[in-house]
Amino acid sequence: MFAQLIQQIINGLSVGGIYGLASVGYSLIYSVMGFSNFAHGELTMVGAFAAFFTMVALKLPFPVSLLTAMVSSGIFAVVMEKLAYRPLRLKGAPSMYFFIAAMGVSVFLQNIALVTLGGGFRSFPQVFGIKTIKIGPVAVGLVDLIVFVISVGAVQVAQLILLRTRVGKAIRAAAYDGTTASLMGINVDRICFIVFLMAGSLAGLAGLFRGMKYTVHANMGNIILKAFICAIFGGLGSVPGALAGSLLLGVIESLVAGFISSSYRDVFAFLLLIAILLFRPRGLMGQAAEEKA
Amino acid sequence: MQYILGILTVVGINIVAVLGVSLLIGFTGVFTFGHAAYMAIGAYTSALLTLKTGLPFLVCLAGGAAAAMLLAIPIGYPTLRLSGDYFVVASLGVAEIVVLLIENMHGITGGARGLVGIPPKSSIWIVWLIAVASVVLVRNFIDSRLGRNCVALRENELAAQTIAINPFRYKMIALIISAGLGGLAGGLLAHYTGVLHPSMFAFVKSEELVISVIFGGIGSVTGSVLSAIILTFLPEALRALSEWRLVIYGVLVVIIIIARPQGLFGYRELTREYLRRLFRRPQAPANMPIGGNN
Repeated sequence: MFAQLIQQIINGLSVGGIYGLASVGYSLIYSVMGFSNFAHGELTMVGAFAAFFTMVALKLPFPVSLLTAMVSSGIFAVVMEKLAYRPLRLKGAPSMYFFIAAMGVSVFLQNIALVTLGGGFRSFPQVFGIKTIKIGPVAVGLVDLIVFVISVGAVQVAQLILLRTRVGKAIRAAAYDGTTASLMGINVDRICFIVFLMAGSLAGLAGLFRGMKYTVHANMGNIILKAFICAIFGGLGSVPGALAGSLLLGVIESLVAGFISSSYRDVFAFLLLIAILLFRPRGLMGQAAEEKA
Repeated sequence: MQYILGILTVVGINIVAVLGVSLLIGFTGVFTFGHAAYMAIGAYTSALLTLKTGLPFLVCLAGGAAAAMLLAIPIGYPTLRLSGDYFVVASLGVAEIVVLLIENMHGITGGARGLVGIPPKSSIWIVWLIAVASVVLVRNFIDSRLGRNCVALRENELAAQTIAINPFRYKMIALIISAGLGGLAGGLLAHYTGVLHPSMFAFVKSEELVISVIFGGIGSVTGSVLSAIILTFLPEALRALSEWRLVIYGVLVVIIIIARPQGLFGYRELTREYLRRLFRRPQAPANMPIGGNN
């Protein structure tokens, strides 16, 4: 019982790490652009397929496919920003327009993947085998461990970029107030480019890991719902909050699936979302937002 | 002929559903992203009423709509207080919960295997009668005091509050009516297809409803009706491209929102007066942003 509990928690942490990669990027885009990038989930799908085809069709080693996942999702994210969101931003459109555009991009990417690659499920080649590491009575999957470590590491790198570099400072300034930041000589167009590149490559990593743990398919973009929940759980716009929210949701989901019922896992996640929105809409680490008239 | 009558029936059903979403997104400024949930509730309730009790068709249909309206109250009560993106996410979550619950309640709903053997009672006459009645209902609602308050909320919630419009109250009224229309459309759909399956009301359905409203134009009843007609006929006419349909919709949505955010008939209605003016002298379209306070 105890061993099972620990195992479920570790499994949950690795799922949470994947959610974290997706929700940190989503949260970053939200804080700079002020809208929910609904197409963020599709970026994970792009990364998963890119990595899958590098490994299976081109027979390249795993580190290369990790790189292609990040690069291709990053490129898709930047192109998405350039074609769909930049024209709206330059016109000063209300945030609802961004959301509608994001929905369009999401529908487009998901269905073009369905049409060209088919709706089937593809399973990733075993990279790390199905090895487990025994710590006392607890067996930990090697994949779970690696996914967790790389995910948390990548999020930490993103956090360091935000807090310690010049670009990071500029991003934080743009998130605080885009107009004022541009008056201070910050090129907001470039900031958006960098933010989407960062968020996209993190999403690509999330897609790759999710593909490794489960399967690769055209509807993988539905992870966006979980990324929403995690980001709101931790407080929208906060990177450490998004990571904490993701790990918590991963563990909770895994415990519900393991001890209650796996078919009610998602019901539970959405009920949790609604409960958070009702009782603590700021999330765990978010700051209070004032409504601007 | 049978085929064309079938499409026309679906057109009528879609008009009812799109009008419901249009009332929320277009006239109240509440961006619902999970309206298929109300369709699902209406569809399953009315189908189960027909199958289990054998009451007359119209009573079952009304029962489905009433169930959707009743459930809109506990769903709207907490979520309508949320603003902007938060409401969108919550509406999505609610829709997912509804579909997951239907899928997991095998005993009542047939679960993932679906509900079969519903008598096909949605004749084209009944469907179009209800569609026309819905258009009249929505038009009259928007021109009423209640509806004007809803439009005021869409334009600027803070300003509306300063003239003593309670945002929550009017959003709730709009949501209940809109859920009722969704439930009605769901009931009609159930008695047209004869089978129900949870995946019919998955996220894609909600997305399609939102896309229809955006095509037709935010804040236009005629726009919503026309776009429901066009978007139901078009895939039938372009059968060869059927799998590309949603790919094309996705691109169109992005183009529309960048180039012509008001859609086909944003903020205007297609009336005789409008047509006359159109042919006399071209006028610049009124560019009004929605949800200016988000």
